Amino acid sequence: MVQLSKTLSDLASDNKKALVAYIVAGDPTPGTTVPLMHTLVDAGVDVIELGMPFSDPEAEGPVIQLAHERALAHHVSLRDSLAMASEFRQTNQTTPIVLMGYLNPIEFIGYEQFAKEAEAAGINGTIIVNLPPEESGEMDPILEAHGIEPVYLLAPTTTDERAEIVCRASRGFVYYVSLKGTTGASTLDIDDVAEKMSRFRKISTLPIMVGFGVKDGASARAVADVADGAVVGSAIVKLMEQYRDDPDMLQSSVKQFVRELRAAID
Amino acid sequence: MTNNSGAEAGINESLFAYPDERGHFGVFGGKFVSETLMAALQNLEAEYNRLRKDDAFQEELKRDLSEYVGRASPLYYAERLTQEAGGARIFLKREDLNHTGAHKINNCIGQALLAKYMGKPRVIAETGAGQHGVASATVAARFGLECQVYMGSEDIKRQSLNVYRMKLLGAQVVPVTSGSKTLKDALNEAMRDWVTNVDNTHYIIGTVAGPHPYPMLVRDFQSVIGEETKRQFEAQHGGLPDAIVACVGGGSNAMGIFYPFLEDRSVRLIGVEAAGLGLETGRHAAPLSEGSIGVLHGNRTYLMSDEDGQIIETHSVSAGLDYPGVGPEHSFLKDVDRAEYVAIDDNEALEAFRLLNRVEGILPALESSHAVAYGVKLAGQMSADQSIVINLSGRGDKDIPTVARIDGISIE
Ligand SMILES: Cc1ncc(COP(=O)(O)O)c(C=O)c1O
Repeated sequence: MVQLSKTLSDLASDNKKALVAYIVAGDPTPGTTVPLMHTLVDAGVDVIELGMPFSDPEAEGPVIQLAHERALAHHVSLRDSLAMASEFRQTNQTTPIVLMGYLNPIEFIGYEQFAKEAEAAGINGTIIVNLPPEESGEMDPILEAHGIEPVYLLAPTTTDERAEIVCRASRGFVYYVSLKGTTGASTLDIDDVAEKMSRFRKISTLPIMVGFGVKDGASARAVADVADGAVVGSAIVKLMEQYRDDPDMLQSSVKQFVRELRAAID
Repeated sequence: MTNNSGAEAGINESLFAYPDERGHFGVFGGKFVSETLMAALQNLEAEYNRLRKDDAFQEELKRDLSEYVGRASPLYYAERLTQEAGGARIFLKREDLNHTGAHKINNCIGQALLAKYMGKPRVIAETGAGQHGVASATVAARFGLECQVYMGSEDIKRQSLNVYRMKLLGAQVVPVTSGSKTLKDALNEAMRDWVTNVDNTHYIIGTVAGPHPYPMLVRDFQSVIGEETKRQFEAQHGGLPDAIVACVGGGSNAMGIFYPFLEDRSVRLIGVEAAGLGLETGRHAAPLSEGSIGVLHGNRTYLMSDEDGQIIETHSVSAGLDYPGVGPEHSFLKDVDRAEYVAIDDNEALEAFRLLNRVEGILPALESSHAVAYGVKLAGQMSADQSIVINLSGRGDKDIPTVARIDGISIE
């Protein structure tokens, strides 16, 4: 079994919920990222979503857009993001890394070359935000051949018919984007999430992670109660913005925040 | 993706067979969007496929194009411009004479009617120079729809006249401060709004770009330009023109005039991109001439990216051509060799702007001036028994401050 699926099934057999954290590679500086990845793991994160900076992050709200801009100010590229994953892998061979981003930089390198380099860097999964399963016929087998699991998204507006397509294409887990709109928008409607979960559970046996709107222990707990895990993004990225000039505070505040989430969901 | 081009995808098929049911023009186009947008696009597609065959919808569209927009726009034989060029006869398709002064209104009327028939009381739009924003605000006023226009904060500074016009029309202009603070970022922001408010909102994209079904539906609404041109040319001159020339920003005026001629293979179709300060400087807006294939704004097409695959900033003296991508159908027509794409730089466009004023008494938009510049060049290489049609996509009143500034004159 590949690492992402293995980690998630181990958690499930221990009756534990997954904590997934999203950061943008190179935000606020290239030097921040690898230590931050270790901090996340030390504080209790199970899966790291590593965002690749892109000039046009179409589906993100203002908080994460600014993270992409901070990273791009340092010209952090797809290959730089992979180099950071590689460096992290020197001392951590087990925590799954899911590379999250947009298709254009990958088209530029070419799918095969991308998959080869990503595998070598220790990447375990991908979330390519603007590549829905309808357009991924060429990408999926290439990723699979390199042991990388493609994760696809579900949204509140996803019909049962499309949910089947999405779940069939997904490996590792499916990611339920619990809000209409962009990342970081408004608050979580947990009853609605619960209703959607029971619908999707009839369609697929894959673990379902819920993201967008997790901002503290209470919301993480609420999500973990109904899903297989919680994804936290904007709330961590906000700390990058707040402590962008203070690397020590940045790491310690992230550590404290993630511990709080971990404690809440366990 | 593999590097096989659209050429493989079906050169033997009629070019009217595109896009396919998945919104693909060969390898181009498609629906490269986040899951959050999928339902909205599928719904729009279903509604559009229903309404395009709906008699009441088509009747109302036709009536508004005639009585509100002022169609048909004239096809004008430009005798003195022809003499100036010294070759083929030059005809101008006068989209500048439409209400609001450009072809943009053809699409906006169509999409506002879509919004009305879909029961959506609110429309949003992106704009660069403000032309599409003004056209959207205009049709929103006409149909009593609430309207918000997303515009880069850099563009707001450069285009104060159009910003004020949109406000007079009752629209709200929303400044976009992300990324390069220009058209591409305004498009991103409009998509984000649409995802969030799709229940009551229709997004009026201003050109033949974006995810399927937009490139198709904007093309369909703009095709009235080519249909009229075909009829008018036959009546005034007989037969078909030898070439059609149109400027390409996102590509809507060009697609509109090209489309009805796609299967008339004797007619050369030539799209003119903005070479800005010169193709060799890298400071231009010519993805078909100098770009590479990539994915932006929901479709696969030729784009201007750097070596990391980041979208780069473009340059053109005409704000309406200042876009790093291009509609996917143009990418397809380029790769199957049905259309040709060339580039005209800022200086050549300005010269054509002055020339048309002087010899025909017509003030063209700077965007359209690119088409005029290439058209005059081309006509000069053709013979007197041949004819070309230049799509005069808009009028240039909006550009007078820009040109005056270049002349060292400040107009307030
Ligand atoms: C007069 C005019 N022509 C052309 C364009 C370029 O758009 P398109 O290539 O979609 O026709 C614009 C865009 O604002 C315009 O205002």
